[in-house]
Amino acid sequence: MYKFGIVVFPGSNCDHDCYHAIKHVLAQDCEFLWHHETDLERFDCIVLPGGFSYGDYLRTGSIASLSPIMKSVEKFAQAGNPVIGICNGFQVLVESGLLPGALIKNSSLKFVCKWVHVRVENNKNLFTSNMKVGDVLDIPVAHGEGNYFCNPQELKGLGENSQIVFRYCDDKGGITPESNPNGSIENIAGITNKAGNVLGMMPHPERCAEEMLNGTQGKLIFESIISWLNLNKKVTGRA
Amino acid sequence: MREFKVKVEVKLKPVVLDPQGKTVLTALHNLGYDKVEDARVGKLIELKITDSDASNVKERVDDMCKKLLSNPVIEDFVVKIEE
Repeated sequence: MYKFGIVVFPGSNCDHDCYHAIKHVLAQDCEFLWHHETDLERFDCIVLPGGFSYGDYLRTGSIASLSPIMKSVEKFAQAGNPVIGICNGFQVLVESGLLPGALIKNSSLKFVCKWVHVRVENNKNLFTSNMKVGDVLDIPVAHGEGNYFCNPQELKGLGENSQIVFRYCDDKGGITPESNPNGSIENIAGITNKAGNVLGMMPHPERCAEEMLNGTQGKLIFESIISWLNLNKKVTGRA
Repeated sequence: MREFKVKVEVKLKPVVLDPQGKTVLTALHNLGYDKVEDARVGKLIELKITDSDASNVKERVDDMCKKLLSNPVIEDFVVKIEE
């Protein structure tokens, strides 16, 4: 059993969904972390959940990225530990500079809340190791600012370093403009850092991790993290 | 100590699409203002700062813009200082 820490900012609202998926569906140890905490020693994985931290004031994720806990999350990530940011958590990760690029207003100007498909673009990171490249996941999105943007050099780098993990696609895995819910550059739905241990994604795996929610493919992401921890726990000294 | 009024304009970089600006442009066209060629929507942040001299203020506000008030990935900023 591993210990997951779920960071709670004022305005986080998917923290309990993540807690439920990790604790009750995946049977792992789980703890909420108020954003003032700084000691992450006891954790194996940190989750930045979705929501509207600080009311999305100024820019989504911008105020939360300056919270005391984020310095510790940065150190935790630099040590090679898994960090996953979902939706607002992804926005916090790009604002904090742990991931490249930015998330701007959806091209439709509307809040998009629906089920989408994403294609697994690579499985050489600890979040998709239990999936195959080309697998299509059924997964919900719910955001107003999920339009991924980065400059052409950064985009090139993302491709060359295999940092693009998920792209929005149709039900057969076709990357089409119609399947892009928010205008993201090259249909990008999720990326990792260069080292591959920090993932940011707009779709919500915690909302499709059990049958009752009409989808279980989100579970694959958490299971991949657990598989990685199984292989690496001796290295990190955590159990 | 002097009191400074600082205006920070934050705008999306020209290469970043501005769907809000596009919508405003369409609305202006619908109102009959058909000579409007483009519209971009940004933010104006006003600060009141007490400091001994203007160059300090400029330096500090530039720092604030880089750290918080703007996101250099997508935005440019302009600082205007009045006394």
